[in-house]
Amino acid sequence: MTIEELEQIAKSVCQENEKYDFEVNVCMDLACSSQGAQQLKDALVKAAETSGKNVHIRRTGCMGPCSSGPLVRVDPEEALYHHVNADHAEAIVNSLGGAPVPDLQCDLNEHFDKQVRVVLENAGYIDPEKIDEYIARDGYKALLTALTEMTPNGVVHRITESGLRGRGGGGYPTGLKWGTVAKASGDVKYVVCNGDEGDPGAFMDRSVMEGDPHRVIEGMALAAYAVGASKGFIYVRAEYPTAVSRLTAGLRDARRRGLLGNNICNTPFNFDIEIRLGAGAFVCGEETALLASIEGKRGTPRPRPPYPAVSGLFGKPTLINNVETYANIAPIVRNGGKWFANMGSERSKGTKVFALTGKIANTGLVEVPMGIKLREIIEVIGGGVPGGHTFKAVQTGGPSGGCIPAEMLDVGVSYDALVRLGSIMGSGGMIVMDDTSCMVNVARFFIEFCMTESCGKCIPCRAGTAQMFTLLTRFCNGSGTMDDLELLESLCSTVKEASLCGLGQTAPNPVLSTLKYFRNEYIEHIVHKRCPAGVCNIQAPVTDQKEVLA
Amino acid sequence: MDREKAGARCLCDLTVSIREGTVPAFTPPPLPSDDKRWKIVNGTMRKNGFARHALIETLHTVQSSFGYLDDEAIRFVARSLRVPLSQAYGVVTFYHYFSLKPPGKHTVTICAGTACYIKGADKLVAAAEKRLGIPQGQTTQDGKISLMTARCVGACSRAPVVLRDGEVMGEVTSGQVLEQLERWAVE
Repeated sequence: MTIEELEQIAKSVCQENEKYDFEVNVCMDLACSSQGAQQLKDALVKAAETSGKNVHIRRTGCMGPCSSGPLVRVDPEEALYHHVNADHAEAIVNSLGGAPVPDLQCDLNEHFDKQVRVVLENAGYIDPEKIDEYIARDGYKALLTALTEMTPNGVVHRITESGLRGRGGGGYPTGLKWGTVAKASGDVKYVVCNGDEGDPGAFMDRSVMEGDPHRVIEGMALAAYAVGASKGFIYVRAEYPTAVSRLTAGLRDARRRGLLGNNICNTPFNFDIEIRLGAGAFVCGEETALLASIEGKRGTPRPRPPYPAVSGLFGKPTLINNVETYANIAPIVRNGGKWFANMGSERSKGTKVFALTGKIANTGLVEVPMGIKLREIIEVIGGGVPGGHTFKAVQTGGPSGGCIPAEMLDVGVSYDALVRLGSIMGSGGMIVMDDTSCMVNVARFFIEFCMTESCGKCIPCRAGTAQMFTLLTRFCNGSGTMDDLELLESLCSTVKEASLCGLGQTAPNPVLSTLKYFRNEYIEHIVHKRCPAGVCNIQAPVTDQKEVLA
Repeated sequence: MDREKAGARCLCDLTVSIREGTVPAFTPPPLPSDDKRWKIVNGTMRKNGFARHALIETLHTVQSSFGYLDDEAIRFVARSLRVPLSQAYGVVTFYHYFSLKPPGKHTVTICAGTACYIKGADKLVAAAEKRLGIPQGQTTQDGKISLMTARCVGACSRAPVVLRDGEVMGEVTSGQVLEQLERWAVE
């Protein structure tokens, strides 16, 4: 494969597309599929055949606003239809070339206007299983340009210049990590993609792997060239079967096109990728645990240093990045580091994809520039809290993050700002809670999660989370005391300071942040034995009953 | 058990053969039975050159072929990959995805991720537990229905989510879950 051949493919795809008068794109991501997107697509194909119009019906990855699904976008009019079902197929096909179907058109301009799409630029525009459609949208151009015109150091330099930070949650500068692995000695090095999206309530990585698998593959190939690796692994959750099959198909097609394998683009660069399945352990999102899991062992973390950049998979220098980090690589190499650094805030560059869920009108995937205010994400893009309820908190970072209250919503989203608020960026889950959520119960939910997911290797995490869970359960059933609260706080700091890996070190975050912003709810549970949100099932205390009887 | 056949050798034998440079090539154990599914399992191991790090991959193949992992399967895989049985068992029990018990004829999986929890997934679990009379993670006595919870299936935007034999259903109510259980129960 050469650049000329790549351009030839892109050209032929464009010619192919020009044969059609209209394009109807059907979102077939998990959320839309669960509402009958497949039947809808079949009906559209049938309606197009009977109408005799020259229509290209394409399945695509996630278009974003999942709560309005199933979604259909008609090009070239760019009309977006929401809540479409198979019965609407005829009306949509008939409207082609005329005015859009009025009942189905959705007004999500505000939702889209604030967004900037880098990672999700192809989602909703290409068929994920067609490598040529990816190539037609500048796919693999970055890889071939880098292989023929740039040195590995040049690629590392470009990533460093972009200011990209790890999208898995920690926010470690990606360029620095690549530089370390590139400098590490040894002939054999590995590149690993962390697709073990364990954070419950986040699905950005699933969407990227399913909707645009080649973007991840290209990012990994660029990383391998930059650090001098010839073998890569993608570690995907077994709970994402579609992601696994899309990636498998993607790897097969890339090999066929000569974009993976030996002597890629007639250069000495060899690279291939294998898929490894996770098996449902949250702790495997931690890099050393993930590597143990790829080696076929129990996913328990080990102390660092040595960092995986020096001694990782099978003891060799290993580069580990998250799916979204790799998805950012090709556009950075293509457009330059400065282009990327122009987006975002001072110390957090670029964009971030968030999975907006919970008690919010527009649930789904959004991609926003760093530095945007939380309020804009929730009220403008998300459309606010529905059902006449009031906003209470937004939870970011999953079980490792915290709950941010209404009064902090004017803070701009960045790695550092969220840490200052007692939460973390995390992988990008953003769960909105309203006045029907009890914050003590939420804290208990997360601690229960960490307790069951603790691998059991170190005692602070194994025993500490269990004790914290017991205390929080007592608050929730009304038997907690103020001494328990004090004990809980001291346990939080012990678990935080003394745990071996990120899981334990961040496990107390949901408790600490709810204690910081919603302490009165804890006091209500402990002193007045009542749950303000009406979630916890607290039995009326005996003394009160006596008073009532008297 | 026939040790020779199992490919295991006494340590001193091995030392002698290493010294003499005649280390016998490893021969994987024979398939446990004629069941074609063992060939699929063996295929995964062969594809990975019977390397130890293929343990989890192979266990995935066993589970997808047989539905669960029984003693015989774990022993066979451990022996084929030359992994101590204790280590294989440790891996099987460490990961939630692997099951040591056969699943029911039908499986209802209720997602217990954060978004689903906020939207009341716990009520769905409680309703299903009450109807079936079993706690989550178990199968009814007649082997008809398994009640499972998942840690997030990634369909958070349509929470609460329930998987009906693997098929995703969004914005599910307790009524819908009970209706489905009823339909399966009378099948």
